[in-house]
Amino acid sequence: MSLLSLQGLTKTYPGVTANDDVSFEIAHGEIHALLGENGAGKSTLVKTIYGLVKPDAGAMMLDGVIFAPPEPRAARASGVAMVFQHFSLFDALTVAENIALGMEKPPAISDVATKVRAVSDQYGLPLDPSRVVGDLSAGERQRVEIVRCLLQDPKLLIMDEPTSVLTPQEVSILFETLRKLASEGTAILYISHKLEEIRALCDRATVLRMGAVVGACDPQQTSARDMAELMVGSVLQVPEKPDKPAGPVALTIDDLTAAAPHQFGTALRGINLTVRRGEVLGIGGVAGNGQDELVASLSGEMTVSRNMIRLGADGIGDLAPNARRARGLCTAPEERNGHAAAPDMTLIENALLTGNVRKGLSQRGFLKWDRARDFAAEVIARFDVRTPGASNTARSLSGGNLQKFVIGREIMQDPDVLVVNQPTWGVDASAAAAIRQAILDLASNGAAVIVISQDLDELMEISDRFAALNEGRLSEPRQAQGLTIEEIGLMLGGSHDMEVAHVDA
Amino acid sequence: MHETCNDWQIYGLDAGMDDPRGDRVMDLSSINPILLLASLMVAATPILLAAIGELVVERAGVLNLGVEGMMITGAVCGFVVAVGTGSPWLGFGGAAVGGAILALLFGVLTQYLLSNQVATGLALTLFGLGLSALIGQGYIGIKAPSFPDWHIPLLGDIPVIGPIIFQHDPMVYVGLMIVGATWWFLNKTQSGLVLRAVGENHDAAHALGYKVIRIRLMAIMFGGACAGLGGAYLSLVRVPQWTEGMTAGAGWIALAIVVFAGWKPWRLLLGAYLFGGVTVLQLNLQAAGLAIPVEYLSMSPYLATIVVLVIMSAGRAPGSLGRIFHASR
Amino acid sequence: MITLEKRAGPSRAWALATPVLAVVLTMIVGGVLFAALGKNPLETIRTIFFDPLFSEFAFYYRPQLLIKGAPLVLIAIGLSFGFRAGVWNIGAEGQYIIGAICGAGVGLALYPMELRLIFPLMVIAGALGGWAWAMIPGVLRVKFGTNEILVSLMLVYVAEQLLASMALGAMRNPEGMGFPGSRNLAQYPSATSWINESVGMHWGVVTAFIAVIFAYVILARHMFGFQVRLTGQSPRAAGFAGVNPSRMILICLGISGALAGMAGLFEVAGPAGQISIDFNVGYGFTAIIVAFLGRLHPVGILLAGGLMALTYIGGEIAQSNLGLPGAAIQLLQGMLLFFLLAVDVLTNYRIRFGQGAHA
Repeated sequence: MSLLSLQGLTKTYPGVTANDDVSFEIAHGEIHALLGENGAGKSTLVKTIYGLVKPDAGAMMLDGVIFAPPEPRAARASGVAMVFQHFSLFDALTVAENIALGMEKPPAISDVATKVRAVSDQYGLPLDPSRVVGDLSAGERQRVEIVRCLLQDPKLLIMDEPTSVLTPQEVSILFETLRKLASEGTAILYISHKLEEIRALCDRATVLRMGAVVGACDPQQTSARDMAELMVGSVLQVPEKPDKPAGPVALTIDDLTAAAPHQFGTALRGINLTVRRGEVLGIGGVAGNGQDELVASLSGEMTVSRNMIRLGADGIGDLAPNARRARGLCTAPEERNGHAAAPDMTLIENALLTGNVRKGLSQRGFLKWDRARDFAAEVIARFDVRTPGASNTARSLSGGNLQKFVIGREIMQDPDVLVVNQPTWGVDASAAAAIRQAILDLASNGAAVIVISQDLDELMEISDRFAALNEGRLSEPRQAQGLTIEEIGLMLGGSHDMEVAHVDA
Repeated sequence: MHETCNDWQIYGLDAGMDDPRGDRVMDLSSINPILLLASLMVAATPILLAAIGELVVERAGVLNLGVEGMMITGAVCGFVVAVGTGSPWLGFGGAAVGGAILALLFGVLTQYLLSNQVATGLALTLFGLGLSALIGQGYIGIKAPSFPDWHIPLLGDIPVIGPIIFQHDPMVYVGLMIVGATWWFLNKTQSGLVLRAVGENHDAAHALGYKVIRIRLMAIMFGGACAGLGGAYLSLVRVPQWTEGMTAGAGWIALAIVVFAGWKPWRLLLGAYLFGGVTVLQLNLQAAGLAIPVEYLSMSPYLATIVVLVIMSAGRAPGSLGRIFHASR
Repeated sequence: MITLEKRAGPSRAWALATPVLAVVLTMIVGGVLFAALGKNPLETIRTIFFDPLFSEFAFYYRPQLLIKGAPLVLIAIGLSFGFRAGVWNIGAEGQYIIGAICGAGVGLALYPMELRLIFPLMVIAGALGGWAWAMIPGVLRVKFGTNEILVSLMLVYVAEQLLASMALGAMRNPEGMGFPGSRNLAQYPSATSWINESVGMHWGVVTAFIAVIFAYVILARHMFGFQVRLTGQSPRAAGFAGVNPSRMILICLGISGALAGMAGLFEVAGPAGQISIDFNVGYGFTAIIVAFLGRLHPVGILLAGGLMALTYIGGEIAQSNLGLPGAAIQLLQGMLLFFLLAVDVLTNYRIRFGQGAHA
């Protein structure tokens, strides 16, 4: 008998069918992959299993008994545990307190602390229960989430995109831990869009596309390409990278050092790099290692000493954002809703947000709304942004479309230097491909581009040179071609202090 | 937001005050230090009560600026019930209920109807001032039933310390107990941990399955009840009469003290006593004829609050404080 | 089960309808309140909302609308910039008082000179006084991160004490026979703000209208207005767009302080007439209601100011003709704000019935 059986689960939200008659089964001790693009419906399905969402139709059976948890507490009580992609952690509280909050009937905090130590040692995930969570690295915070789940002795452990915050070495250790759990009878539902990982780890895979199950396979026997085509439904295009020699140096960063902007931020330590015209420099690194701070210092939201950042020969480190835009430096931050764009403002207003200087959208402070309208319309047309019109709010766009707009807005200002942070996170495959191609085209037209991303595959695809950001320090940039996974992993900082799980024979 | 009664009446020092501007000899020796320190605890109590309630509300992530409105509503409700039943204890109960109901209004608007917390808190204050003035119409000039001091046996007889600490009316001790209980609740119980978590990161708390809105509503009502008690303390014990607008900004000062306290209960005690100290000192100085115009001395508690806010601006507020929570399904 | 679902974008139709809905709800619940107080609800509502405009004595009351409405509109326009940007100036009452004191001070110092320059100087002094008083919370917020709500509010109490001190001491009328209060500025030709007292027109009314026009143009067509809106909605996006948060805070507080200060001066040199202990009647706080009721939009504020003035005047009529307690009007005004905040949810969220069993 299978552990979990899903039968015909359906869930719709206004305008979109998130899950469409989804059925599959997970056996005891099986590592089952749930494969699909961003927007395929994986999150909704998994929230249904965990009791956060009630399906419109369909049923679930756990160990042969009807399973319809009204809330996460009930799901946890039945033996289902989940590690979310976005952690539910409280920065100002300690590890022990965070774990106690995820437990049903937690004992006194000191008992929790003892249990935490025991479990974390047993599974090779060392944690100090008294540390404040806000001080931990992303990988360590994930450990807190995992240990919290393990303390419940779950029958089914759901993991939602777990490796986006891990270095390659940490990924191997996580896999050892998961294999140990599976060998003890715990089933694992592993959600991801990373094909090679799924092939390395999982026993079976179910593929979702546009809310429906489009196939199931044995990852060990299926090629990555076949799985990719199942996910996307068509043959993927690999972006074209023309071979052009790089031009003169456009941007120089010289010993960039800055204190952490707030309590849980990261300090920048002596970053050095140069970017040439026509070149794409990829900066890899797990979230929380200084990416936001680096981008802020480049955009002008955080000012530094004048000569730490130089455009050509001019020091600009102390200039405000619009002064930098005037000189040809544009940036696109990570958070599209709330930072790169104002969610409740129209696309016209959002075009004005950064386009004012380079596109002449105002005169002596008075706004030229017609020119802003035209600019927004151009961006929408050029970058295939799906929206009824430029007067729609940023919030109304899907993630991929908003990202196309935000990046398109910067590219169409014809910058000399463009800095992009996480260009394709949470974006569907076709939009992601379009964005990557646009970045490459910009570079081949003579701009210097810096791309910061957690997606190493993406960086390897589009970068000419690659460097890694780790705890605020930048590694020496290397030619991207020919770099191996191990070398990248070491550049990203190795595995910190994780050890291989103590696997009992 | 008008004071229509003055500080003198509130702090019971209005005996024998003639033209404050007339020539008087300054007589600092007329200030009795023991009475001063004793009256400090009493002056601090209404603010203490209102502040500890608001501290719990803010730890849960909600900013309720309506403390002044809840206090004055508590003052009038407490007064009406006490006069009607003849029992000040029932009066305090009525004050707590009145404050809690008004707070519930705030809670429904901000938690269910997702209104802006700052605007709603202000609306609560304005509404509370109007409501209390209306309810209190027929009660002006009436005296409240008496609420005698406790003289705690043995401890109250210790020279010097006895009169300062152990001879007060029961509500002073109730206030201290609430502070202690709050500290224990927040730091030593699971429910307190959950409340702190909700205040830190309401999205994470919701994802873990905690009922954010329910927890916040309970905290909001507790805050209202405490503010009500604080207001009733003024109308039933300190003055003890009802006058329109008698809180005279005490609710706002309570808010400042929560910030000063860094959202920690024991620091709040310190802040309330400091404020109480400044208030009582400036009144005593006025009575002793200090040669500074009365108005400037009257300003001092408010200026002191500003100074305190500036010094204490470094302190970590709960992560979700003031942000609207809307769980998307 | 009723749930709320966020709309894709704010609904324009509801944004216009909510203030109207709030007024209607207030009339209904207010009617219930009046009935509870033993007054005929319909008659009371009519007295408050319609008599000042349409009754046989309306010619007397209409000028009052201008007199009471002008300071409300002027202050609320100033507040609206700050509120839109997330800068909460709650101490407008204090800035109003200080503006009055500074402006009156200039006028009294120059008495009994008759010079056309005196009144403009007083206006400038009033604006500067209010501006400076608002800079205190502004600078403290920018330098130390101190909460401007509490500081500006504390300063209201300080300003009231200062007013008392001035009225009883430094500015007391030497020919006033020992009564508190300053010389009457409304009767001092070079200092008065009256243009035509019988129709209620004074310079404050003119300034209020000018302020509405300026505010409209800036918010709709100027970069500063755009930045104000952006800062309030998405502070991070505002930083990205190059808005300097400290400058924004100081400018917003400065504007509201200056306008409140001017309103104070116009009042003390006209309708109130003199610096006295209680010349301030709470316009600084009622203006907050006006700002929200007008949805922080200049034209909305103009209409809301008119409505509030109506309730003040109608309330006075009801007090004298029907014996309605004055506090009931204050309650009514607070209720209006409550209802507005409650129904405002419909602008951004849709109500859905039935779905979901989770809290």
